Amino acid sequence: MSTTSLRGARLVRRYILLVVVLIAMLGPLVIPLLGAFKAPGEAVWGPDATLIPQQWSLEAFLTLFKTTNIVQYVTNSLIVCAMSIISALVLSSIGGYMLSRRGWSGRSLLLLFVMSALIFPFESIMLSLFAQVSGLGFRDTLIGVWMPSILGAFHLLLMRAAFLGIPDEMEDAAYLDGAGEWVRFTKIFLPQVRGALTVVGLTAFIFAWQDFLWPLLITQSDDRMTMMLGLTRLMSDFGTDYRVVLAGAITALVPILAVFFFSQKYFFRGIEEGGLKF
Amino acid sequence: MAAPVLVVGYFYVFPFFNTIWLSFTDARPLSASGAFVGIENYIEVLSDERFWNATLNSVVYALIVVPFMTVLPLLLAALVRDRIPGIGLFRSLYYIPAVSSLVVVSLAWTAILKDNGAVNNILVGSGLIDEPISFLTDRWLLIISATLITLWQGLPYYMIMYLAALANVDRSLYEAAALDGAGPLRTFLSVTVPGVRVMMALVATLSMIGSLKIFTEVHLLSGGTGGIGRRSETLTMYIRSIGMDPSYGSLGGGSAAAVCLFILTMGLIILQRRLERNKES
Repeated sequence: MSTTSLRGARLVRRYILLVVVLIAMLGPLVIPLLGAFKAPGEAVWGPDATLIPQQWSLEAFLTLFKTTNIVQYVTNSLIVCAMSIISALVLSSIGGYMLSRRGWSGRSLLLLFVMSALIFPFESIMLSLFAQVSGLGFRDTLIGVWMPSILGAFHLLLMRAAFLGIPDEMEDAAYLDGAGEWVRFTKIFLPQVRGALTVVGLTAFIFAWQDFLWPLLITQSDDRMTMMLGLTRLMSDFGTDYRVVLAGAITALVPILAVFFFSQKYFFRGIEEGGLKF
Repeated sequence: MAAPVLVVGYFYVFPFFNTIWLSFTDARPLSASGAFVGIENYIEVLSDERFWNATLNSVVYALIVVPFMTVLPLLLAALVRDRIPGIGLFRSLYYIPAVSSLVVVSLAWTAILKDNGAVNNILVGSGLIDEPISFLTDRWLLIISATLITLWQGLPYYMIMYLAALANVDRSLYEAAALDGAGPLRTFLSVTVPGVRVMMALVATLSMIGSLKIFTEVHLLSGGTGGIGRRSETLTMYIRSIGMDPSYGSLGGGSAAAVCLFILTMGLIILQRRLERNKES
């Protein structure tokens, strides 16, 4: 990789620009969230409010964890995330494998449906999904929250592409050794697509953690709420002490940022390969 | 082995046809079926002023978002493209808004844009304006505020897509441009933009699909109401409200509006593709 042709004054200008953009990208998120560290009684709004806390305090976090259902929200989100990750991994690897194999009828039809699901707005089928999931008796349950994200179309296509990238010779060799389809799948194919599986797991986690519209439709009771719904609940309950809401927002942000920083490589790969929007 | 097929069938294929079927029935919210009523729901929805108001809001929102979302991330990608020391860190930090959930982001922006929030405090405090600007209560200001959040949050995501596209632009073209004495702007317009044209078309389509179904930003900025008298309500908010409300709602009507959203999305994508093809020829 060629390094750069930037030198001297141009390089300095570039760094200044980079820092200015950095402030624009992080300021609108970081500065409001600092309000969570304000001491009790310090103004969050209005003319007396300062951008940076005058007196740093963790009191809002204590209130958050002592008086609200936050632990329940986080637990619910983690449960839904775990179910989504497992179902996405299992189903996308089996489905992607099937879609990558030639010679069975219905393959191209299935592929067509999966591809159209990619551009199909979820918002235009959500009422039907609501009726279906309710009909199965999973309204206001964590299983109901999980169901529509059981397997993303993007995950299927990503795994199909990964399996297509494996050379035929490898399978032929295993075939001659007398290995059955299941053995070939688990012993030859799966180990080759570990990178793609990591992308699938990660994106499943992020999507499940952040999803808002579907949980909003399917959930009613407070103790079934995921983290994002819980946040809006805090907004209505703590309108007068917004510090607690901001503390909740930070709590919602920490896991996702931790995962992001430890797995950036896979993260960016996921975007480049499939155009998945989080 | 049949599991993925069943899932695709039940969660992708069936809802599509079921939505179309429901839109021709008198199904009530919280039920799953109804009797065939022909195009009655469509007549009702299409003669509902609230539907047109919501559609206009969504379309205006999309028309603001799409051009900016197609161009700004490309500028951002050009900025972080050269591998100067520390650029990896900048790329990762820029990405933080995209990975922060929309709910958290909207909540932070609410604190900035409220009547007594940071922006109004600064503007009023410095004497530039007398009355706070009502970013979150005025019909169009709320929509514009929502586009701001969408753009700010979506930029880094499309930046990564453009970075991948930029990596494929022939390096020697830049050297040739430099030899010709072309400045940064000229180089950008005559080398970078043509080099990533295919990606720009894809980004325009993706952001069109994404923005016509806008829900979360407007829902949260308006406190779940859609603004005073639902004036800032979007099409997705309308679908949810009509299709789910047990007292006055109608699942059939909501489904008809959902079919309209689908047709609108597809129609605008086809229009966009056609415009691009004309531009090329």
